[in-house]
Amino acid sequence: MASLNVNGSARQFDAEPETPLLWVLREQLGLTGTKYGCGIAQCGACTVHIDGVPTRSCVRPVSSVGANEQIVTIEGLAPKASHALQRSWVALDVPQCGFCQSGMIMAAAALLKAKPKPTDADIDEAMTNICRCGTYNRVRAAIKMAADGGPKA
Amino acid sequence: MESTAASFTDLPPLAELDTALPAEPATVAAPASRGRAASVARRRFLQGAALGGSLVVAFNVPFVRRASAQAMGGGAAAPAAGSAAAGTHPDEMNCWVVVNPDESVIIRVARSEMGQGTLTGLAQLVAEELDCDWARVSTEYPTPGQNLARNRIWGSFSTGGSRGVRESHEYVRKGGATARMMLVQAAADEWKVPAAECSVAKGVITHKPSGRTTTYGKVCEAAAKLTPPTDVALKDPKDWTIAGKRLQRLDTAGKVDGSQVYGMDLKLPGMLNAAIKACPVFGGKVKRYDAAAIGSRPGVKKVVPVGDYAVAVVADTWWRAKTALDAMPLEWDFGPNAAVSSASIAATLKAGLDAPEAIVGNQAGDARQAIGAAARKVEAVYSYPYQNHATMEVMNATARWTPERCEVWAPTQNGEAALAATAEAAGLPTAKCDVHKVNLGGGFGRRGQHDWLGQAVTIAKQMPGTPVKLIWSREEDMTHGRYHPITQCKLTAGLDTDGNVTGLHMRISGQSIVAGLFPQNLQNGKDPVVFQGLNAGGAEGAFGYAVPNLLIDHAMRNPHVPPGFWRGVNLNHNAIYIESFIDEVAQASGQDPLALRRKLLVKSPKHLAVLNAVAERAGWDKPAPPGVGRGLAQIMGFGSYVAACAEVSVADDGSLKIHRIVAATDPGHVVNPQQVEAQVEGSFAYGLSAALFGACTVKDGRIEQDNFSTYPALLMAQMPKVETVVMPSGGFWGGVGEPTIAVAAPAVLNAIFAATGKRIRDLPLKDHSLKKA
Repeated sequence: MASLNVNGSARQFDAEPETPLLWVLREQLGLTGTKYGCGIAQCGACTVHIDGVPTRSCVRPVSSVGANEQIVTIEGLAPKASHALQRSWVALDVPQCGFCQSGMIMAAAALLKAKPKPTDADIDEAMTNICRCGTYNRVRAAIKMAADGGPKA
Repeated sequence: MESTAASFTDLPPLAELDTALPAEPATVAAPASRGRAASVARRRFLQGAALGGSLVVAFNVPFVRRASAQAMGGGAAAPAAGSAAAGTHPDEMNCWVVVNPDESVIIRVARSEMGQGTLTGLAQLVAEELDCDWARVSTEYPTPGQNLARNRIWGSFSTGGSRGVRESHEYVRKGGATARMMLVQAAADEWKVPAAECSVAKGVITHKPSGRTTTYGKVCEAAAKLTPPTDVALKDPKDWTIAGKRLQRLDTAGKVDGSQVYGMDLKLPGMLNAAIKACPVFGGKVKRYDAAAIGSRPGVKKVVPVGDYAVAVVADTWWRAKTALDAMPLEWDFGPNAAVSSASIAATLKAGLDAPEAIVGNQAGDARQAIGAAARKVEAVYSYPYQNHATMEVMNATARWTPERCEVWAPTQNGEAALAATAEAAGLPTAKCDVHKVNLGGGFGRRGQHDWLGQAVTIAKQMPGTPVKLIWSREEDMTHGRYHPITQCKLTAGLDTDGNVTGLHMRISGQSIVAGLFPQNLQNGKDPVVFQGLNAGGAEGAFGYAVPNLLIDHAMRNPHVPPGFWRGVNLNHNAIYIESFIDEVAQASGQDPLALRRKLLVKSPKHLAVLNAVAERAGWDKPAPPGVGRGLAQIMGFGSYVAACAEVSVADDGSLKIHRIVAATDPGHVVNPQQVEAQVEGSFAYGLSAALFGACTVKDGRIEQDNFSTYPALLMAQMPKVETVVMPSGGFWGGVGEPTIAVAAPAVLNAIFAATGKRIRDLPLKDHSLKKA
């Protein structure tokens, strides 16, 4: 059994060392909020944080993640979806099908941590996740809303 | 229902096309070969009966088990395996509305939510007529098995062709109105007053003369015992307070915290996972594979054939199944199509451009004669490639088969077609099958066909009693799509000396979706879908331009690559062809593209209105900023009128920047303006992805692109600002999920021409250099 620290808890699992972190999260640990989209780090649906760094978990062998590195998935981003991004996402009705949105929110959360007031160019550079429904403009608006503290109560 | 009636004559609704429910073996001894035609007729009758007559409005009566249609929304509970078909309990009535004693309201939605907002929109329509408290509304999907068992009381489940609202608005609203009348009647009966003296708002019923009040929850049990009224009037849309408003979606919460369960996320007790590979060449077969070679890999349970064309590995986890499959020695018989290439397909289509035989879609006067006699001729040839839907969630389905029953959990756009596919693959009558709809991670038409679902059932059938979830790899998804059909188009116009178009011939050569999917639905050899936006009239796209001598025809050429419905589908390339060509005519005759369109749209006021709206908003009468080119496009399709104006610039290195899109939509009625705006914005992302990058090419009989690395999608940095003008003119119901896609590409292509003088006639744009010569 190997161990990972996910959303603040140590989690044991049984998987081959080369298994991508994505599939350990989804299949061994039951955290299906992180999505499989392409398997080659192109689409960003699998984005999680490892020690705060946005990481495409579909190409990250689980054996390369240390037991003490802090993995955060969409389920652990904030209690009761209280992150300013999540509240802004709801306020602006960002998601359509929603499948890419976990990865979008995780990428955006890492962006805001690095750059609390991102410019459009910052957003373009950080947000390379694919959305086929086409929510990009609302994603951008929601990031800006969150940077301003989230929706007004 | 005007729109439904019209669409039946214009184009068989998708429900008719792709729900090939076999006749029930238990009751009708119909040979399988006539099942399809018979079932279409039968379902048409049932639909008519369900829609025209009494709508059963169900109320939750205590001690009667309510239908366990899968709950929608955040944290949707995983449905229980093997549960009996709900909604068939003899005491239960079940249709659009459930009112509970605790004042909560459940609205049933038959169409599938896949991001387009139909779940919220349809619930708004029901709630509007019900006059309930919107804050207490939740929704449920009935299953197709329940629908079948109850004579299709919910009508069609088909979710395609932008039909969700436009084809069910009337009967779902009647469901809400009927429920309201019964609830009010129950209160009036209790008070012994005429119902006409009562009013209702937000689920509170008031007897106006006495001021007494009660609530829906208090009278629901009494109301459920009443006979539903037959004379049901609907509100005038101008009186709407829930429908027509910018309400938030009902299904957002679970999409921001990872809790929404998509098909791929489903987990059932004892479930195994399967990965599959089908022959990369369509029409090829499995030659041999060595299951023993992977038998000792961790977690592997079984290797199973799927038909003669595919093989699947079943393991405890999907990753183990997938990697074992990749490691398994596997040989293919590529079959008769192994030499087909994009070049050979293009040559076949090119020959169709001048073929003497073609199927006429729209004709007036004598176009050939007029063009021959014209003072001037303009001609251009265009082409449009195969494209994959590339839903973010790859194809997947979960199935559990026993000799007595087969159940499937699937993200499907058409529950009834999914049920038919389940029954066929299961070898069981439909009454012994059911399909539970699980949330869709995108659809775009791909999930209206169920090849993947049939595979899941075929695999599960080889492991009786064990639920098996089949997930395609992205590579499998990209190379085994049901592709946007491939076409070429030659347009020829004859002009008089004043630049008036005296004759126009539009020859489309290429693939027919209907011929590929349901050849029995061809109309004397004609595929009506081919002529979306080009028809003489009707909801599926009336050609707006008044040309005295017109010929639009189709030389059908069907390569072996399987086609499918695709968001916007034929309207997309038809709009590129005609709207680019109109600009070419304007250019050739020295006319302003807007002025020429206005002249040609003289008999099409709704087409003209959306065109004028975008021209005005974009400031067409003022010069574009330096270096910026503007382009226009308009078309009608899926019952709606759309237009766009694009502003682009091209840098010296050839890189394209789309600065701004102004888009106008007239869908007749708008159920939720902010969702319409979301659909219009999204349409530009989808349409521009297609125009800029979307091409699936064929080599050695197979699709070459296998992931987003070779089939890119538009990204955030490339997404233009979209200004949406929603301008409902009333009197009709059009769709909004698709029509705007069609104007995205031609508006941009025309803007590129304005900016650079380069006319792009072959898509996608990535294959062309825009660099200044």
